[in-house]
Formats: sequence, C-alpha cells, structure tokens
Amino acid sequence: MTLSTRGAQTPAVLVLEDGRAFRGRAYGAVGETFGEAVFSTGMTGYQETLTDPSYHRQVVVMTAPHVGNTGVNDEDPESGRIWVSGYVVRDPARKPSNWRSQRSLDEELAAQGVVGISGVDTRALTRHLRERGAMRVGIFSGEAIPDEGTLLAKVRQAPEMTGADLSAEVATKEAYVVPAIGTKKFTVAAIDLGIKGMTPHRMAERGIEVHVLPATATLDEVYAVQPDGVFFSNGPGDPSTADHPVALMRGVLERSTPLFGICFGNQILGRALGFGTYKLKYGHRGINQPVQDRTTGKVEVTAHNHGFAVDAPLDKVSDTAFGRAEVSHVCLNDQVVEGLQLLDRPAFSVQYHPEAAAGPHDAAYLFDRFVSLMEGQRA
Amino acid sequence: MPKRSDIQSVLVIGSGPIVIGQAAEFDYSGTQACRVLKAEGLRVILVNSNPATIMTDPEIADATYVEPITPEFVEKIIAKERPDALLPTLGGQTALNTAISMHENGVLEKYGVELIGANVEAINKGEDRDLFKGVVEAVKEKIGYGESARSVICHSMDDVITGVDTLGGYPVVVRPSFTMGGAGSGFAHDEEELRRIAGQGLTLSPTTEVLLEESILGWKEYELELMRDKNDNVVVVCSIENFDPMGVHTGDSITVAPAMTLTDREYQRLRDVGIAIIREVGVDTGGCNIQFAIDPTDGRVIVIEMNPRVSRSSALASKATGFPIAKIAAKLAVGYTLDEIPNDITEKTPASFEPTLDYVVVKAPRFAFEKFPSADATLTTTMKSVGEAMAIGRNFTEALQKALRSLEKKGSQFAFTGPVGDKAELLAEAVRPTDGRINTVMQAIRAGATQEEVFDATKIDPWFVDQLFLIKEIADELASAERLDADLIAEAKRHGFSDVQIGEIRGLREDVVREVRHALGVRPVYKTVDTCAAEFAAKTPYFYSSYDEESEVATRTKPAVIILGSGPNRIGQGIEFDYSCVHASFALSDAGFETVMVNCNPETVSTDYDTSDRLYFEPLTLEDVLEIVHAESLAGPIAGVIVQLGGQTPLGLSQALKDNGVPVVGTSPEAIHAAEDRGAFGRVLAEAGLPAPKHGTATTFAEAKAIADEIGYPVLVRPSYVLGGRGMEIVYDETRLASYISESTEISPTRPVLVDRFLDDAIEIDVDALYDGHELYLGGVMEHIEEAGIHSGDSACALPPITLGGFDIKRLRASTEGIAKGVGVLGLINIQFALSGDILYVLEANPRASRTVPFTSKATAVPLAKAAARISLGATIAELRAEGLLPKTGDGGTLPLDAPISVKEAVMPWSRFRDIHGRGVDTVLGPEMRSTGEVMGIDSVFGTAYAKSQAGAYGPLPTKGRAFISVANRDKRSMIFPARELVAHGFELMATSGTAEVLKRNGINATIVRKQSEGPGPNGEKTIVQLIHDGEVDLIVNTPYGTGGRLDGYDIRTAAVSRSVPCLTTVQALAAAVQGIDALNHGDVGVRSLQEHAEHLTAARD
Repeated sequence: MTLSTRGAQTPAVLVLEDGRAFRGRAYGAVGETFGEAVFSTGMTGYQETLTDPSYHRQVVVMTAPHVGNTGVNDEDPESGRIWVSGYVVRDPARKPSNWRSQRSLDEELAAQGVVGISGVDTRALTRHLRERGAMRVGIFSGEAIPDEGTLLAKVRQAPEMTGADLSAEVATKEAYVVPAIGTKKFTVAAIDLGIKGMTPHRMAERGIEVHVLPATATLDEVYAVQPDGVFFSNGPGDPSTADHPVALMRGVLERSTPLFGICFGNQILGRALGFGTYKLKYGHRGINQPVQDRTTGKVEVTAHNHGFAVDAPLDKVSDTAFGRAEVSHVCLNDQVVEGLQLLDRPAFSVQYHPEAAAGPHDAAYLFDRFVSLMEGQRA
Repeated sequence: MPKRSDIQSVLVIGSGPIVIGQAAEFDYSGTQACRVLKAEGLRVILVNSNPATIMTDPEIADATYVEPITPEFVEKIIAKERPDALLPTLGGQTALNTAISMHENGVLEKYGVELIGANVEAINKGEDRDLFKGVVEAVKEKIGYGESARSVICHSMDDVITGVDTLGGYPVVVRPSFTMGGAGSGFAHDEEELRRIAGQGLTLSPTTEVLLEESILGWKEYELELMRDKNDNVVVVCSIENFDPMGVHTGDSITVAPAMTLTDREYQRLRDVGIAIIREVGVDTGGCNIQFAIDPTDGRVIVIEMNPRVSRSSALASKATGFPIAKIAAKLAVGYTLDEIPNDITEKTPASFEPTLDYVVVKAPRFAFEKFPSADATLTTTMKSVGEAMAIGRNFTEALQKALRSLEKKGSQFAFTGPVGDKAELLAEAVRPTDGRINTVMQAIRAGATQEEVFDATKIDPWFVDQLFLIKEIADELASAERLDADLIAEAKRHGFSDVQIGEIRGLREDVVREVRHALGVRPVYKTVDTCAAEFAAKTPYFYSSYDEESEVATRTKPAVIILGSGPNRIGQGIEFDYSCVHASFALSDAGFETVMVNCNPETVSTDYDTSDRLYFEPLTLEDVLEIVHAESLAGPIAGVIVQLGGQTPLGLSQALKDNGVPVVGTSPEAIHAAEDRGAFGRVLAEAGLPAPKHGTATTFAEAKAIADEIGYPVLVRPSYVLGGRGMEIVYDETRLASYISESTEISPTRPVLVDRFLDDAIEIDVDALYDGHELYLGGVMEHIEEAGIHSGDSACALPPITLGGFDIKRLRASTEGIAKGVGVLGLINIQFALSGDILYVLEANPRASRTVPFTSKATAVPLAKAAARISLGATIAELRAEGLLPKTGDGGTLPLDAPISVKEAVMPWSRFRDIHGRGVDTVLGPEMRSTGEVMGIDSVFGTAYAKSQAGAYGPLPTKGRAFISVANRDKRSMIFPARELVAHGFELMATSGTAEVLKRNGINATIVRKQSEGPGPNGEKTIVQLIHDGEVDLIVNTPYGTGGRLDGYDIRTAAVSRSVPCLTTVQALAAAVQGIDALNHGDVGVRSLQEHAEHLTAARD
C-alpha cells in the first residue's frame, strides 16, 4: 500500500502533561489515547516492543526514525496483542519489505485500535523526556481536534504510572503449559505478571516444561505443578503495588525452591528481600545497554525495558530474611541495580531481558544459570 | 584492568600513498591511534611514506619516519628505534602485509618486537579464504547459523555440468584455480556460457581445476563493525546496509547506516554470527569488519569475508555513530578493556555499549571515470571509486539527497525536469551497475516504471525503491502546486530537496527559492550525533542539519572561524586539502578562536569530532554553508569564513558567500577572480612585468582557432576554474582543437576555454608562498622532474630544486611577490612557472592552499597552512616569525646547502582499471591529472631521496638485471648517458630496433627484442610484451611518441603495470632513476625521522 505523501493525511497532536505539544499526522488508529510517555532507543524489533505487555499503558516514542520497514509477521510478536497505549514515530514506512512480512504496521496498529502519531520531532521529544522525566501524554488525531488547553486538561486527568497495579490486567487468566523442546528435564512454574512469549520459549529450549500461571496464583497453585523452579516474569506498573507477588515469592524463597526473576520479577525479589524500589527519571528502554556481571567482570549488551529499579547497596553484601544477598549485575551507564542474587539460597533475578526479543542474545546464559540451580537442587 | 606496563614504545605503520581502496580513512585512524598512544605516555614511532597526512605531522608521533613502507625500510627503523611493540591494524592492508612479512622473515623476533592488536594466526584466519571458510564452518557448528557460499571443485566438463545441479542451478560463478589475478573467472547464466567459461578455465588452470560457486548476485548486502577486548567483551558498533545489492564492491556502493530492512530476529542472527566469528578468528583486541549477504527470498545468510583490522568501513562507522573505532582499538591494544574506556561524546557512559542512531547516514561513492575514458565503468567486485561523501539526515530521503549533492558532481543530484526518457531503455540501462545508476533509476521512475519493474531490473530492496518513489512524488507535488507554501517547502526539505532542485522544478533561481523559504520561516535545525539517540546528554558538538523542530546549537562567546573543507576526495582534490584545513583549525584554536569545521568526507581527519571545536557534517554547497553561517551567527560572533584551504570546492563559493554578506577572510573573492580569470591575470602579469606563454581565451571554436593560429601549435587547452587539469589537453592540430571544443561540456560564455602556447622541453617549477599584504614568505620551490606538459600533480618534483641556482630563485621570488601583491593575496598562493631557455614564464597562479602545501611544509619543517590561516585572520608574517610559527629569519628559498632533499612522487591508479575488453588502460602521463596520491622520499642527496620515493610509490628500483629501453626520437639524444650508466651498474639492455641502433652507434650494447606488432619470431623469440609478462624484464623505459600517436607502447606499459615492473615514461625520470640506482648501489641507505631532519634544519638556520 502506498499512502499519498502529503495532504491526504489526518492531522494529529501529541500533548505532554507539562504543556509541550508536537503536531504531526495520524498513524494507526484515529482517535485519542493516553499513557505514560517513554522513549525506546532500539533500532530493530518494533513488533516485539509493541507486543511486550510491560508497555501496557505507555505511549512509546521510537527514537529510530524509520519504523515499519519490515512490516508485520505472525512469528515475532511477544504476546497476543499490541500493548502500548500509543505509538510515536517520525517516518513510518509506506511499503514494508521483508520475505516474512504479511501486512504493514500501519494496518496492524489501526486493526488493533492503537492510536499513533507520525512526523513529529521524536528527538526533541526524547530530549524533553530525558530532561523532565517520563510523564503523562495524550495523542489526539482526527479532522476536528479540540484546542490544546482542552487536550492538556484531559492529559492531566489520566492516571499516573506511579502507584499503578497493572500485572493482573495483562497476565493470562488461565494457566497454560509451554512444553519442553526435546526431552523434558525440568518443570517450572512461571508467574505471569506480563510475560513475553520468548521467555518460556528460552526455557523450553533448555528442556523445561513451563507452567505459566496467572498473576493471582497462590502458593498452593504454584506447588501443585510440582515445580523444580519458579520463575517471576516481567510486567508493567509500579512494583510497590505488587503485594501479592511479593508474598508469593517469599513463600517460594522459604521453601528454597530455585527461583529466577526477570524485570518486574527482579523488583519483586528486591521487595521480598526488603529492599525498596523507585521510579527512574526516564527509565531504560533499548537494546544497547551495557550491563556488567559483577561475578565475572564481563560486560553484556542487553535489552532493557524498565521504568522502576531496585534500591540495593552496590558496595556490600546485605543480610536479608533469606540470608545474604548481593547486587550481581549493574548497568554501566548509570550504576542502576540490574541483578540480585542470594548467596545462601538458590535465587537470582535480573532487571533486564536475557530472553531478548528484541535485543542481543548476550545474556542468554542466565537461563543456563537457572538450569544449573535446578540441577544443583536435585543433586 | 589498566594498561599494560610492559610496553614503553610502539611502532605504528601507516598506509602509504592514497590509492583506490586505501585512502584518507587510514590517516584518520592512524592519527587517532598515535594521539591515544602518545597520551598514554608511550613513545610512538611512525612510518608512513605519505607526506599529505596529519599523522606524519611531527607533533603527532615522537619519531616520524617518512620512509617507504617496505619490510627493508621498516626493519631499518626497528633496528634504530627498537620499539617494544608493533601495531599493524591501523594502516590498512599495506601495514598488515608489511607486518606479516616481517613476522615471517623473523625480523620481529630478531628485535623482540611484539605484534599488538592482532596476532598472525588471527590475521591469516581472517584473510585466507580457505582458512576463513573453516572459521565459518566452525561457527555454524557452534551456533547453528552462518555459512559460506556453496561451491564445488571440478576437474572435467562432466563435473562442471553436474556441479551446477548441486549448487541449485544457474547462475554460477566459475573460478579457475591458481590463475593470476583471477584470470578466466566469470558468471555463467546458462549451459552455453558455462561450457565456454569453464572450458577456458579448465585449460587456463595449471591443475585443470575450476571452482564453481553459487551466485549471490543481487542478494542484500550488509556489514557489521565489531570490537573485542582482551576480556572477550564484544560490541557491534554499527550495521551498514548496501543500497546496491551484491555484485558491487561495498566501496563503490551507496551504503546506509543503520541497516534499514532487517527485523530484530534477522539482525540478531547477523550479530550472533559476527561475534562468533571474531572469537573464532581470534581477534584479541581491536576491531573487525564482517560482510554478509542475505537471500531476499528466504533470509539465508552467507558470510562473505572479514577484515581483521580497521578498514574504510570502520572509519565510516566511526563517523556515522560517533564511536571512534581506531581510537578505541589503540586503547584496547595497550591493555584497556571496553568498560574502562569512556564514551567521548557522553563522557559519563563507557565504550562497552552499542551505539544507537536516531538519524540515517548515507554514503555515496565518488568516481573518476572521466579521467579514464577507456576504462569500463561497470561496477564490479573490484573497487573503482576514488572518494566518498557521507550525509546525515533524520530520514533516508534527506540523507540520500544530501549525500548526492555532497558529491559535487554534475548530474549527481536527482533531476526532475528535462525530457522524460524511454522507460524500457532506462530500465535496461539500470540493470548494469554504474556510477550514477541511482539517477538512471530515478529517470526510469519518471518515465513510468513501477516499483516492481525497478526491483526486477536492479534488485535494489523494495523499501529503498519506494523511498525513491517518495522523492519522485514530492517532486511532482512541487511541480504541480499552485504556489510554494511553507508546508510544501518544509515537506520537500524534509526529504532532502535542495533550493537548487526546487528552483529547477519551479523554474526559479536558487536564490529566489531561498528568499521565499526564509520569508516563510523554513530553515534547518542542527541535531547532534551522540551515539545514544538522546538518551544521555552529548558533550561533543558534532552536528548535522535537518528540517525538524528543535536545534541543538549552543551559544558561545568566543569568536568563531568557520573552515570550509574540501568534500569528497577526487583526483586533483584529495587529502592534501584536508591537511590544510585541519592545520588551520589547530592554529586558530591555539590563537584563541572557536573553530567550526564544515565537511562531508567521512575519510578525513577534519571530520573527526576531536579536530575542531564544532563539526558540521554537511554538504559544501552554497545553500548548506549559508545555513550553517546563519546558525552560527545566532550562536555567537563570527570572525570569518575560510575558503582558501579546502581546494576548489570552497573557493568556488567565495564570491557567492561574500555577496550574501558572509565575512570571507583571507584572499578576497575579487583577488581570487584576478588569479583565475585570464584577462584579469594577464593584467596582473603585465603590471608586474612578467611573461606568460602566449595565450588567449575563447568561448567558441572560431575564437580558439584564431588564437591557436596566432600563437602556433602545439597549444595547451583547458577550461577555466577547474582543478587537477580536468579536461586539459595538449592539442597538436586544428582538427583536434575542433573536436576538443565540441566535446567539452565545461565551456560556456562565463566559463571560457583557455588556449596557451605549449612550452616543449621547459623545466616546470612550483612555488608555494605566503603573503600578508606586505611581506612574502617563500614556502618552497619545487623543481619538477618531468617536463612541462605533464600535470604538476602527476609529476615528481624535488625540493629544494636540484638544478636551479641562486639567480633563478631570486627571479622566482621577485615574480612570486609581484603576483601575490598584484592579485591581492592574503594567505597562501601557489604559482607554476616554466623555465624555457632562459625565460621564466608564469603558467598559472592559484591564490589558495595547493596540493603541495603538506609536502613543502614537511620538507622545510614549517607549517605553511597554519601560518596561512593566521594571516587570513590578520596576523602578519613578521608577527608569526616573532611568535615562532615561522622561522625567525630566512624562508623556503634560502634553505641551507646541507638541507635534506625531498622528492615527491605521484601514485597512479592504472592497475584498477580495465577497458570493456578486460585490457589494462594506458599509463602515459599528460596535462590532465590522474594520480590518486603521493609519497615523499627524503634524504641528504637527490639520488637516495628519489630511490626512496620510487620504493614508496611503486616498489624498489632494481639495482641490477635487465632494462628495456624504447624511446621517442626526440628523447634518443638524452637517453644515451643514462643508458650508459645503467650498463655501468651491470644492467643488461634490451631495446627495440630503432633505439638499439642509436645505442649501438654510441657504443652501448643492447639486445634487440621484437615489438608487440611484430609478433613472436620464427624461432619462437618472444616479443617484449611476452618477456615482461614472463618476468624477464626488471626495468622499463618507454617514452611515448610525441604527436598524436600516444598509443604506441600501450601494450608495453599495461604489461608493466600488471607485472609491477618499474616503468619510466619520461627520459627525465630515467635520469633521476639512474641517480637513485647509483645511490642504492653505493652502500647503505639510512633512515632518519622528520624530527631529526627538522632539528638539523633549525640548527642550520640559526
């Protein structure tokens, strides 16, 4: 499909809660949408980003100017739908080109009712968010857009991300099983707080049968699957609201079942150990972040998508209710805690995304580490 | 882990002269590396024969050897300097090959020198095709992905026919084994072609063996730039996608960063394969570049090759991302790890990350086929471009159109006016990749081609094709709109349309479009290249323009000097001009100015974000420069714009800039005109009482004929306002004059053709000088080795002049001063003189930095370009002498008697080109410049310096063996003495019958050999061409016959090129070579650093 270049397009405007506005053209669905404005710096992987449940209620600004070049296929999504509440791009593709492409991104966004905007100075917007921090935003498109004052009032009425409890909104309602690929070696109960499709796949590749359980699962339900290990997934929202998963995790830690957490799961572990969490000014969203594994000194280039972080001391081992804990991984850009591990129990977590999708595969070894923990427990 | 403490000194090998495929990017890399190593407290020893480089500036290294990069000379340097380590990965293939051969011959071991940055095993694994295939197989074993192109070895025609099926059908590539230079290889599209090519291949191959390989022609092509440290941390710095699919050398392709048409899964697969390869090859510290091909129909990935070193692509990637690969490679080589090295641009984050881009970078190649009319212009897997331009935009269309106008070549920008061509013809033409194919594609689109038709013809990815359609649609809107409103102009600008293009489409003048645009408030903003897509604040002002909302140019208080660079390298305007611009930046920064560099050439030091206070990576057109001046004038005071250092490109903008109110400093536009315009220059000469060869200017054949009739043939004709002798020719008769005028496209009433009397047998002299309005500083006097009529850029020359006396220098000084004063020079001037009989003629004057400024500066140890920049901004020569930038007393015309002799030799690109029949192109020198680069030989006497220059440029002069001599009649007299000398040195002479006869009459024995035209003799006697091919000739002297028939000797000279036998095409070069051979045969030739030469010179001056 080829859009005409100019004129025939529907106007759109993006309004930030501090009053700054950007004019552009409608992209995807026409209408209005609200969310937290965040920017993502990945140059590839827009399909994975859009379908990552952690982006629930967020309006994602793509810093890469060309988006949609490879179209949309049915293989790459990380979940059954697009989760972002709005999408901001500079130069959407008019014609997708890829042997796996089935339709255009524009069509896909429209079909799923995702309101977007194109043609805005995404770099200026990104710099604004970097300086002022992530904030609420609204995108409005259509032939008759109200004045900016009215729009701003609407944006300011939208809910904030701080204090939002969103896992239950994105997680599966029913438990399901991802079978092991090849010989089954382990069973893992994975608590879905907004899990991405690649995560159980990475486990399945290692002979793990993954029982994906709803965010509301109880300790009994977890142990009903007789897990060799328990996994806590990524997910949207403020970890300080995640009281149920924290309690659930404490139950798992008490039993010393091997435990692995990713992203939201890392924040849950932090809380379970008694550390606080806090909101980063503008978060880490991209696939180029340098993380150091402090146990080996090696640096891995990793995929990130987090607006909150764990507040744990970098320079010492902490005593917790579950024994000694230490920060295992740190982001070299800003020294943010990127991983935790218990020294006396088989539990660890990372703030970033070893399953990648989108992103580099440097941290895939962490799944092997989880497997080792489970092997260790068996031995 | 900090740096290694066991290394105190490092030898860095440069890449030598600029040649096609190995250009200024290695000066950029090497300069970065040397600076880093020096900053780390190491003693840096550098060898590079190319004087036109920043890296050979005496302050960059501790000991700088401008000596030939051959194992022999590098060993001498090692023996003298005894470095602890050798860093071979920053000087291209030249440095790598030299290091490898010194490893193999035991020199490194003998002197205990450790190779750092790459080990020999890794280099071999990366470079050797068979070993690399094994690497790729091992990688596939480990990670399940990556493969080499499928191939099958065949020993008979039956093998060949069945082999095709195992490869999956036609087309296939046929490569005969063990033939020289890939002889006999080719593409077979069907059985008939296969039988022909493979049949011939089986015959040609000494082992009756051909390799059949699946064809990946037309596949998508990608490159990744990777870095690895000693802790095995690996990062991918940049991905690059080629606009032109497989089949065109990546150096000749339009390339785009980042990759545009890969999903994350596909990109991560390339990344995984790339990382596995760098590990498998074993590049311990440093960078490498890996090329991939991807089948557009199913995504199959083929690994094509890797370079285990810094490359042209890594320079491009550094400029494209702001991640300085060479600098970091140097740090890794001395023991740092990526996480210990800060990212220069953010200062806060480490280098162990992967840059992310929020803009698009397009690189476009610059070709010089107009200089080699007989060469086949089809683009293949052999690189043919001589330079490149890079542009940055916020989207592909903006970057592409900026890149095309950066090429600064007629027809490089898309044209949307003029007759619409025939679609079928245009599509058929677009099948063959050539310089400007993208413009042919655009014309096909104008002629109604569909996206599918364009893809079918070119295999250019459909996404790129659609972007071309987008550009065409904008052009249509511009054409059909009732009037230009702000929205429409802004939209066109966002897709890279220039004011010139908009004007063409709307039938308006460029300045009218600009006025309308400014009135409507449509102006570019400047964004920052920051490695991180704005995630972190950037500290380095590295800017590009875009028609977007928010500008990032910060205000400043210091007065700024804007220096206009020279754009893409081309023959006649190369790295020498970048050298002068960089020097100006350094000198003006020292003098308290804020320096602002504008350039679009990614290979250069000037476009390193470290060089100037601010860098604008922008095209050098009037529009782009005016917008930068505007943006900078909003940021703070502007002291001036320098146009005289970047060659003809900025010089050509001078008047228009001034007309637009821009403060051009240095030589005024009017003065530039006075030197460039023949009439005005004639008046300058007349007033100064200086003779010029008889001449005139003409805009028609009739006028030209009248002038030629009056002054007599031969005449030298050329267009005005050109560089590098473009279109210059010696015309011997009226017929040729008529065809010259009708063929020349550069001639118009405002750009007349110049007709000069041609001075046969004159000595040509080049002078570089500084003038501040009162005082002259004679920078240097260069005496050409070849006679007048050969372009000064292609001619070897010596400084100080070897046959001119004090009286001549006095005359040259007086003439130079007269011209500098008469023209009104403020800064540098270069004048070419011809000494014919006893008359000193003025050939031409260029009121700007010349190609020879770096050579003169290095030969005399005086930074002329720095001084010129200061004079432009108001300093006087007296002040600069007092300050110490210029010597206290004396100048380049009063060098002490024992000053070293420097010889500059030009390097020609002959071996790169073939005509459409696959034969080499002729190597005769003429008035049109065709060299790509130069070397310098420096020593205490001329012979040794000349021998060094030859060794640096073409390989060592032979000191014994067989010399073949065949000269034109007019040269026969002057050949006798040098020929006798050759015999005295033990050479056996061979000659064609005519030359042999003359030699014999003079008592010199020479074996008569058969001319090519005579064919082999009755008893199988070989012709001279066969003898050359068989390696039986060590030195060739072949001067072309005077008038017209310049093709005589063609076969001899092309054979010499293909066998790399030294071939002298003038009798003057023979005389010089004989002195060189004499020096080589008289004992040991030593090496001496520039610093030592300078110390000696300074001591002698005081």
